[in-house]
Amino acid sequence: MWRYFTPAAAFLILGGLFAYALVRIQNGTLDPREIKSPLLGKPAPSFVLPTVANTAVKFDSASLKGRPYVVNVWGTWCPSCRDEHSALLVIARQANIPFIGIDWKDDNALAQQYLAQLGNPFTETVADADGRIAIDWGVYGAPETFLVGADGKVLVKFAGALTEAIWAEKFAPYLQGGG
Amino acid sequence: MIPEIGTLALLIALVLTLLQATLGLVGAHRQDAAWMRATTTITAGVFAFVLFAFLILVHAFIVHDFSIEYVAHNSNNELPLLYRVAAVWGAHEGSLLLWVLILSTWSMLVSRLSKGLPDDFRARVLGTLGLVGFGFLTFTMFTSSPFTRLFPTPLDGADLNPILQDPALAAHPPMLYMGYVGTSVAFAFAVAAMLSGRMDAAWSRWTRPWTVAAWMCLTLGITLGSWWAYYELGWGGWWFWDPVENASFMPWLASTALIHSLAVTEKRGLFRNWTLLLAIFAFSLSLLGTFLVRSGVLVSVHSFAADPSRGLFVLGLLLVFIVGSLTLYAVRAPSLQSEGGFAPVSRESFLLLNNALLVAAAGLILLGTLWPLVMDSFNLGKISVGPPYFNTVFLVPTLPLVALVAVGMHSTWKRASYASKGKTLGMLAIAGLVLGALVAFVCYGSYGVPLTIIGFGGGFFLMASSLWEPVVRLIRKQPQARAAVGMAIAHFGIGLFVIGVSGVASYKIEKDVSMGPGDVASIAGYDFRFLSTNDARGPNYTAREGHVAITQGGQPVAELTTQKRQFKIQSNAMTHAGIAVGWNRDLFVALGDELGAGKWSLRLQYKPLVRYIWLGGVFMALGGLVAILDRRYRRGVVEPVTVVGEG
Repeated sequence: MWRYFTPAAAFLILGGLFAYALVRIQNGTLDPREIKSPLLGKPAPSFVLPTVANTAVKFDSASLKGRPYVVNVWGTWCPSCRDEHSALLVIARQANIPFIGIDWKDDNALAQQYLAQLGNPFTETVADADGRIAIDWGVYGAPETFLVGADGKVLVKFAGALTEAIWAEKFAPYLQGGG
Repeated sequence: MIPEIGTLALLIALVLTLLQATLGLVGAHRQDAAWMRATTTITAGVFAFVLFAFLILVHAFIVHDFSIEYVAHNSNNELPLLYRVAAVWGAHEGSLLLWVLILSTWSMLVSRLSKGLPDDFRARVLGTLGLVGFGFLTFTMFTSSPFTRLFPTPLDGADLNPILQDPALAAHPPMLYMGYVGTSVAFAFAVAAMLSGRMDAAWSRWTRPWTVAAWMCLTLGITLGSWWAYYELGWGGWWFWDPVENASFMPWLASTALIHSLAVTEKRGLFRNWTLLLAIFAFSLSLLGTFLVRSGVLVSVHSFAADPSRGLFVLGLLLVFIVGSLTLYAVRAPSLQSEGGFAPVSRESFLLLNNALLVAAAGLILLGTLWPLVMDSFNLGKISVGPPYFNTVFLVPTLPLVALVAVGMHSTWKRASYASKGKTLGMLAIAGLVLGALVAFVCYGSYGVPLTIIGFGGGFFLMASSLWEPVVRLIRKQPQARAAVGMAIAHFGIGLFVIGVSGVASYKIEKDVSMGPGDVASIAGYDFRFLSTNDARGPNYTAREGHVAITQGGQPVAELTTQKRQFKIQSNAMTHAGIAVGWNRDLFVALGDELGAGKWSLRLQYKPLVRYIWLGGVFMALGGLVAILDRRYRRGVVEPVTVVGEG
């Protein structure tokens, strides 16, 4: 009566799936924790925000049209942002594309002081005082970094402190050739 | 030196479980009386050594022995005593030790309280439990020892995850584990039945109280967890369909089905194979839960420090126990076929439908829980399956179940006739629906969502139907079996639960507002006035505290305090909600972020009837307790002739 073996067989299949998933997690080809941003492949949210340097001046993201750029969400209150800052300076210099900093729920004076002290990697830094734009970008926590392609679509989202190695692995491949 | 004694105690327990398994299973096979007797003694020994090891770990937490890695990672000099004890099971290693302690507790209870069982049967049950204990002690010793030393010894520890620092959460895991691990007893009884080929009414009668006891703990554990999530996570939800919640809910559904199927097996000798399968399923789903929580294959808010190599170990255990027992089933089931039949309308067919629906619910939840992993594993994309799926598919089998319970409770074995009760039930159903509609329109002023009145009506119908029989018997001064009363109480609890869910789902109001001191926001006729904020501090955190006064039509209702806590060591922020509890509604205030210029974001919620969700769970567990105390489960009591209306 083979039908009595059905439950055992069904569980063996399930066990096989688990084993396969675990082996892939172990060798690094599968990461269930990695959350892909729903923004990937979608047009980047636009924004018009006052700049940190001078709040009377507004910066419009439409001015970035037609070329790739990076958006980095940070704040002076965020320790990991401070950790990634030196790496950002190097990366921004090498990448040679616009780096837009979104200063998230922050104090403008503190932000100016922070950039003056640690160096400014950003082509432009805008102040998102009430955090509304960060919500548009689906930001969970600072720092988060996005790469937007020349077609205006989001190519990469990375949450956490950026390093040169991560940049080389996740971001740089999109910038080869087409620049 | 003390931690090493702990390791030694676990090692001795490990050897003893192997002995327990060998002497029990082989002794029963050889009918060796001395071996079988020894099994009982060894079971007590395992319990003693595991308890000793556990107490050593508790002691290490109490005296801040940061030379133990596990203590250093999960405690802190400033952590209050209660949470130092609760921290023992606050992370993977210690919770696994708790798992093993509870398993050995169940085994010990079985060996002490089952003197009425035949010797060989008891030996097989204890032997099977010994095998499970051996597997999990091996796992503890070789992948997750809680006694590993840390060198150099830190001066202070890294603190317990702030989310776990709560009295309800101190009690939630032990209770949940009592239930989870308790399914192993029914499993062991099933394995013993298959090994011995004995599966009669007596077998069901032995198995039932243990299954109900485990189910009761699981019910309370899940209820506590839901209550905790409601006030501690700060979102005001009571169930999130998180993989870990599902992992505890699936064994609950399977155990619920098992309890009912066991009734049929006891009274009518039917559904034997199905009962065996359910006993294996309930335990398998518990093991699966353990695996899902600890291996890191699924993403969850509860995530223990996940480790794929541990995952492979648990998977190995899973395969051994589940495939082993299912293979035994495949070999033995054909010879344990049930005989006898029943009419299409009878208690048997109601319980069969009940089982089918409960198992369908568990299957749909399993599918939803595992689907993201299947998709991800085969690179078919990352998806998340959330409440929209679960809420919908869960209602499909459970909504008819509510009506089925209300009607089926009054059916009789073999062939049910509704000539006498049909009219009563019909009246109760109509009265329930009318009352439901009245509650919706009079109390809440709208019909709510499409299912509101059906929900309220079904809940009232079920409550009335549950109470009917016991109340009638009480009035007529007729005797009634405790098991029947227990069943009525548990089903009444389901009715309460359904009403609570219907109320919250239909009429809850949530509002996120930005408020400064003095501002007033109104929901559901209540005015929330934001009074002030100030700084506060606890033993190991600092907090920003907000005060909100609630009035209704000018009359003060409550003054609530909500905190946003910043823990010193682990720099997480935690929201501690302020809740005004009421019999008909909760008012819920949670402090959000400071928005500048003295403004704060606040989440205000109105939760009608939310308490009945947990009260329902408490009633279900209480029903289980009353049922276990039935006379016929006690040793030496001969079962009275079947009492109608019990199952």
